[in-house]
Amino acid sequence: MQWGSVAEFLAMGGYGLYVWPSFGVAALCMGGEVIAVWRRHAAASESHDES
Amino acid sequence: MSTTGINWFKYSSPQAIYPLAGRMIPWFAAVAVGVIAIGLYIGFFVAPTDATQGDAYRIIFVHVPAAWMSMFLYVIMAIWAGIGLGLNARPSFMMAQAIAPTGAMFTFLALFTGSMWGKPTWGAWWVWDARLTSELILLFQYIGIILLRSSIDDLRRADRASAVLALVGVINVPIIYFSVKWWNTLHQGASVTITAAPTMAGSMVTAMLIMMVGFWMYSFAVTLARMRCVIVERERQPSWGKPASIPDVVEAR
Repeated sequence: MQWGSVAEFLAMGGYGLYVWPSFGVAALCMGGEVIAVWRRHAAASESHDES
Repeated sequence: MSTTGINWFKYSSPQAIYPLAGRMIPWFAAVAVGVIAIGLYIGFFVAPTDATQGDAYRIIFVHVPAAWMSMFLYVIMAIWAGIGLGLNARPSFMMAQAIAPTGAMFTFLALFTGSMWGKPTWGAWWVWDARLTSELILLFQYIGIILLRSSIDDLRRADRASAVLALVGVINVPIIYFSVKWWNTLHQGASVTITAAPTMAGSMVTAMLIMMVGFWMYSFAVTLARMRCVIVERERQPSWGKPASIPDVVEAR
């Protein structure tokens, strides 16, 4: 492992400003999609039960 | 006829797919979470810093798998669309419908992470280069297919129209893939190909390929989950089964 400290890890050799948004947005998009599908299924099943 | 004794058509109805997908989703989801965690660990703690690009290269662990998924999912969506058109099979159209938003999401991610990588390495967030432009067109194709479907009320016509659009657009996938060979571009060539040895350190390739597997598993889980949504939503459509009378439609609304 090449990281001496947490700060060094977060800095990503000076590229933290580019590396972390990449992974952060990926996590948001994928997590958001899961939640969206979950809600869509709940909404579809609910309206299905009413009829 | 088939001598295997398995009636494959039994598994091709929405009524059979719905519970089957429901049983498969937790497994795909669990494997996706585990595999992506391993990939991130290797990518951030085992893979060394790149000699020329520093730690900015670590964006590759999300960028390349996302870009590959954007193309794979398009091809798979087009294949389902083609099967749907050829066999007039409802579940095939439904699979194509379920895949499109995930493909669009990965295309956006590929473009976004590419932009994040381009700024420190090329000095620009965006360039009108063959690879980037063709990937941007792929995003517009996904959006176009989704919007075309939602703009047609008749379900069968929506299925067929979006399937034709998906099939025509598949020509862009080889253009994206070969763009770095066909044109002079700022974008670097393929890091991993079937024919040549990888141009990266072993642990870098390992992390990238593991992330790739993780994204595949994620895609299986989320598209199957969306397939279940589509099945439930379509079941409500009055156009299913016997022709609907006006009172039926009014009641359904």
